[in-house]
Amino acid sequence: MKIIIPKITFWRVVAVLIVVSGLYSTYLRFTGGLSASTNLSDEFPWGLWIGFDILVGVGLAAGGFSICAIVHIFNIEKYKPLARPAILTAFLGYLLVIFGLMYDLGKPYNIWHAIIYWNPRSVMFEVAWCVMLYTTVLFLEFIPVVLEKYKLHKILTIMKKVAIPIMIVGIILSTLHQSSLGSLFLIIPQKMSQIWYSPLLPLYFFISAVGAGLSMVIFEAFLSARAFNKGIEEDLLSNIGLFSVIVLMIGFIIKIIDLIISRNFYLLLKLNNNSLLYFLEVLIGILIPFGLLIQKRFREDRRWLYASSIMVISGFLLNRLNVSITSISPDVGVTYFPSVNEISVTLMLVVLGLWSFKMIAKYFPVFEEQIIKENFGTEIQEKTVTNRIT
Amino acid sequence: MLKTKAILFDATLCVGCGECYSACKHANHLPETNSDYLKDHLNANTFTVIEQYGDIYVRKLCMHCLDATCVSVCPVGAFEKTDLGPVIYDENKCLGCRYCMQACPHHVPRYEWSRVNPRVRKCIMCYERVKNGDQTACAEACLAEATIFGDRDDLIEIAKQRLAENPDNYYQHIYGLEEAGGSCVLILSPVPFDQLGYSTNLPKEPLPTYTSKALEKIPGIIVGGGAFLSAMYWLTKRKNQIAKEEKQLNSTKH
Ligand code: SF4
Ligand code: SF4
Ligand code: SF4
Repeated sequence: MKIIIPKITFWRVVAVLIVVSGLYSTYLRFTGGLSASTNLSDEFPWGLWIGFDILVGVGLAAGGFSICAIVHIFNIEKYKPLARPAILTAFLGYLLVIFGLMYDLGKPYNIWHAIIYWNPRSVMFEVAWCVMLYTTVLFLEFIPVVLEKYKLHKILTIMKKVAIPIMIVGIILSTLHQSSLGSLFLIIPQKMSQIWYSPLLPLYFFISAVGAGLSMVIFEAFLSARAFNKGIEEDLLSNIGLFSVIVLMIGFIIKIIDLIISRNFYLLLKLNNNSLLYFLEVLIGILIPFGLLIQKRFREDRRWLYASSIMVISGFLLNRLNVSITSISPDVGVTYFPSVNEISVTLMLVVLGLWSFKMIAKYFPVFEEQIIKENFGTEIQEKTVTNRIT
Repeated sequence: MLKTKAILFDATLCVGCGECYSACKHANHLPETNSDYLKDHLNANTFTVIEQYGDIYVRKLCMHCLDATCVSVCPVGAFEKTDLGPVIYDENKCLGCRYCMQACPHHVPRYEWSRVNPRVRKCIMCYERVKNGDQTACAEACLAEATIFGDRDDLIEIAKQRLAENPDNYYQHIYGLEEAGGSCVLILSPVPFDQLGYSTNLPKEPLPTYTSKALEKIPGIIVGGGAFLSAMYWLTKRKNQIAKEEKQLNSTKH
C-alpha cells in the first residue's frame, strides 16, 4: 500500500494552524456561550460573524446566479466554462453561511423554527426562506456534476428537463435575498451613519453582490488554475472583469447621486473614521479596479486582472463590515472589535471553503473540457475550446 | 373591546427610592445584579433601572411600542404584541439571531451572553398580572405615584392635564405618545428628553413601515422577474437557433 504524505508547504501549515485554532474557538463557543468566544454585547449584538460570515459569504456567492443568468438565460454560451465553477463556489458559499450561522445563532438547534413559525413581516424571515430554498436550488444545479461522474444518465435526462425553470427560480431567489440582506438595516435609520444608511440599501446590496460575485469567479478561476494547472479562459475572464467593474461603477454613481439628493454628501467632506473607511471601501473596491480594468492592456494582463479581482473582493468585504459594524453608533463609549475567537472561526470557514472547492474540483468534472459538450441544460454541438490557454 | 393598558412615568414626581426596581426583581424572580440600584444597568437580570441625572431620576424599561419593532423583525415571531398592550416573548421559539436587539429603537432587549442556552430578556409589563386585571409590580410599588398604571387613553389625558396645569414644571412633551409610532409607556419630564438619555431622534411613523416598503416589492420581483427571465430565455435561445440555422444553410450552399 502506498502511503501518501502531503508535501509540507507554507500555506498548508498556515491552513492547519487556522483550523486548529478555529476548532479551539468552536469548543469555547459551544461550552461557554457567546460571551466566552466573542466580543459581542447588549449594545453590539451583531459582529463579525454576521458582517463577514453571513453578509460577505452570501454576497460573494452571487457569481453563481450571475453567471448562470448570462449562460443559461441570456444564452451567451461562450461563458459556459465558467458556469460550473461559479455554481460550485455559490453552493459551498451557502453551506458555509449556514455553518457560520450555527456559531452566531444563540440557539442554533432552533434554526428549523423558521420553517414552522412564520413572520412574513420580518426581513430576516424572508432571508431565511430564500437561503434555504436557494441552497436547495444550488444543490440541484450542481448535482449533474456528480451524476456525470457516476454516469447516471437516466437521472441526468430528467434533470435537464427541469434545469431552466430551476435556474429561473434560483435567479429570482438570489435577487430577493441579496437585496434583502440590505433591507435588514432599513429598520435602524436612527442608529446608522447616514454615509451608509439609505432607503436604497437593498439596491446597493444587490448591485455590489453581482459585481463582487463576478470578481469572485475570476479569483476562483485563478486559484484553481494555480492548483491544477488547468487552462484559464483568459479572454472570458477579462470580459467578466470588465462587467464586474462596470456594474460596481453604476452602483457607485447611484450612491453618489443618492448622497447628494438626500443632502448627506457633506458627511464625506468631514474627515473622520467613518468617511475615511468609506473612501477606502470605494477606492479599493470600485474606483481603482475600474480605472485599471477599463483599459484593455490591464484587463488582458492576467496579473492585473487577478489583482483587481482581489481588490474588488476586499472592497466588498470592507463595505459589508462598514454597513454592519462601522456605521452602527450605539450608546456612547461602546465600540466593538472582533475577538480572536471570532476571527479564528471566520478564517477557519474561509480555509474550509477553499479546501472543499479544491477537493471537489479535483475529483469531479467541474473544470473539465467534456462539460462543454455535455452540459446541464443545453447541448452544443461544436466544441468551443479554442480559447484555452494553458 | 379590550382597552390597551399603559404605564405613565412622571419624572417630576419620582424620588429615586428604588421601590419599583426591587418590586420588578421580585415579581420576575431576578437575582441581585448590583448592590446599588442607581448604578445598575438594564441587563439579562434587570428589566428596569432608575438613572440619576442631577436631581432628576428617570426609569428605563421596555416601552411596549404599539407597532413594536422587535415584534416585526423576529423571523420566528417569538415576540408578540398582546391586545392588552404588553409585548411578550416566547423563549421556546427564539433562534437567538438577536435582530430584535439590533433593531429596537430604545435599546431594550438584553441577552444572556454567557449561557449556552441563551434567552432574550426584557420587561414584559407583568403580563400575567395585567391579564388578571392587576396593575404592574412597579406601579403597585411606587408610593410617590410617579409610576402609575391604567388604560392608555386615560393616562394620555392625565399626562396632558399635568402639562397644561403646571406648564412650568414640565417640558411640554409626552415621550412615547408618538415616538416610533407610540408606545404603552408614557413619560413626562421637567427637561428635554435627550438630557435624560432617551432616544429623541426617532421618526414618528413606526419603524416597521421602513421595511414594509421594501417587502412590498417582493411579489412584483417574483412575477416580473419570472416573466422577464422566461422571455429572455426564449428570445435568446431562438436567436441562437436562427443564427445556427443560417450558418448551416450557408455551409451547405458552399
Ligand atoms: S421598546 Fe424595544 S423591546 Fe420594547 S416593545 Fe419597543 S421595540 Fe420591542
Ligand atoms: S433573538 Fe430570538 S426573539 Fe430576537 S429576533 Fe431573533 S429569534 Fe426573535
Ligand atoms: S418606586 Fe416610584 S418614586 Fe420610587 S424610584 Fe420607582 S418610580 Fe421613582
